[in-house]
Amino acid sequence: MKYFPLLWGALWRRKPRTIYTGLSIVVAFLLFGLLQAFNTAINSGSEKSGADRLVTTGKYSLTQVLPYSYYQQIQNVEGVDRVTHASWFGGVYQTERNFFAQFPADVATYLELYPEILLPVDQKQAMLQTKTGAIVAKTLADRFGWKVGDRIPIQATIWPKADGANAWEFDLVGIFDARTAAERAQQEMMLFHHDYFDEARKFGKGTVGWFITLVEDPSQMNEVAARIDAMFANSPSPVKTQTEKAFNQAFIKQLGDIGFIISSIMGAVLFTLLMLTGNTMMQSVRDRVPELAVLKTIGFRDGQVLTLVLAESALMCLVSAALGVGLAAILIPVMTPHLPGGFAGMELRPQTWLHAMAIASLLALLVGALPALRAMRLDIVNALAAH
Amino acid sequence: MSDRPVDDPIIRLENVSKHYVRGHQRVEVLHSLSVDVERGDFLALMGPSGSGKTTLLNLIGGLDRPSAGSVTVCGQRLETLSSGGLAAWRARHVGFIFQFYHLLPVLTAAKNVELPLLLTRLNAAQRARHVEAALAIVGLSDRARHKPGELSGGQQQRVAIARALVADPELIVCDEPTGDLDRDTADQVLGFLRELADLGKTIVMVTHDPKAADYATHRLHLDKGQLVEAVGRDGHRA
Repeated sequence: MKYFPLLWGALWRRKPRTIYTGLSIVVAFLLFGLLQAFNTAINSGSEKSGADRLVTTGKYSLTQVLPYSYYQQIQNVEGVDRVTHASWFGGVYQTERNFFAQFPADVATYLELYPEILLPVDQKQAMLQTKTGAIVAKTLADRFGWKVGDRIPIQATIWPKADGANAWEFDLVGIFDARTAAERAQQEMMLFHHDYFDEARKFGKGTVGWFITLVEDPSQMNEVAARIDAMFANSPSPVKTQTEKAFNQAFIKQLGDIGFIISSIMGAVLFTLLMLTGNTMMQSVRDRVPELAVLKTIGFRDGQVLTLVLAESALMCLVSAALGVGLAAILIPVMTPHLPGGFAGMELRPQTWLHAMAIASLLALLVGALPALRAMRLDIVNALAAH
Repeated sequence: MSDRPVDDPIIRLENVSKHYVRGHQRVEVLHSLSVDVERGDFLALMGPSGSGKTTLLNLIGGLDRPSAGSVTVCGQRLETLSSGGLAAWRARHVGFIFQFYHLLPVLTAAKNVELPLLLTRLNAAQRARHVEAALAIVGLSDRARHKPGELSGGQQQRVAIARALVADPELIVCDEPTGDLDRDTADQVLGFLRELADLGKTIVMVTHDPKAADYATHRLHLDKGQLVEAVGRDGHRA
């Protein structure tokens, strides 16, 4: 601590330079915090997925539809408690920018398998009794200003009606919520009746997108999955059954390797930061050659001078990084309500803080090493003679 | 000062030579110099530019090493010390005063004076007391919280003197300490150095200024790396 005034003073020797460099680090770590929180939101769906649910899709592709007749057969597989199904509708509400998921499903069984979907009893009854009914997540209702009783037009992009029209309309009879932010993010969707969809669509009748199975004993997930796959192995539509978590992860991977994209962005940002901060530190030491020579003159050892410069680098990097991540921690809860529900799971986890501090320490070491070595090797006589 | 004193001199140079290599050229700076300095002496090193006086000062202060010969200061043969050992020795035995003060501009006068004490085992309160005393000695107690940029040249040099004194070194080496000061301020600083010598500190000062040298008890004149004249306390030329 006794060296702190020396470090602090050195850091503020050129205020504008320190402020601009510090701000660069703050912004880089703000971005790091936000991207890590985004990654958490993206992955929270798969992490929070039901531990006792299996998803059965076409063996070769998620887009491969399956015969509805599989529904009963899966129901009869040993170890299966209940089954439901859903399909990808892929419609557009007003504009493509308003993207959200719509699923035609067997709503009654779907709600049974997903107790995390919180729908008032009267609205559930209304849904079960309304052929063209739909229920939506509260986040969507809030986003688009929908209320029960509204009629919601959806433009089909995959499934036209039998008359060739792409315009579908649904009666909003219920708005559901979820228990946690992560579940809310996972359940941001619109559900409507498969029967209505199947009856009205032009093609693909008698098929569904995927089946969801609740197993009796979660410890038997793999065995039940293997039985389902084996049952249809030699059929025209073989299937692949996996845990819901694995299914969600595979679905996310279709968007791209988010982790890799985030790592690439942060890699580029940190590399730029390395060059910028490294240059600043070199310049800072160049400016202070006589002062460092004086320190050595009055008895500071080479190692102490090296440590001082490294500590200065660490002070700047760690404080700025902490400010950046702290700013992200403040901004995330402020931003989240204004973002699509898929971002509801954005949160800054303790390991993000640890990662940030580890990266900042590495950055400090990399940018401080060369100037610190230069300061350490400074020849007192030459340094004083030159100034 | 004498060539070979009976008592242990605080500084003893024996056949000291120093040369530098610049490119393919070997530059001889000091030639087989032998000098003794007694404790409490105020020695002025004089001579034209390039005569080797600053090099000699650097050797005495442990900032540089001789190419040949032996430098013994405060009972320690400096050429036997490692770089770290030499740094520790400087911290214990020598205070430095420079022409351009070389204060750290971002630190207050008090924090500048405190720097040598950071290398000791003193705690913060003890360091503060020493700093206060050193600043009081140079008459700058009321400027303790001022940064160098807020002080005059003379005041800055007095802060530098306080920094040189604060760890109570036996030897103070000064390189043109009044070179950047007006006459009156220079006289104050030199008078102060003389008082320190009278109190038993040994002072070695490089100067071009004969008036500054008048404050010294002894003078050495160097030319082309050789001792050309030594003037003692009584004005006797050796």
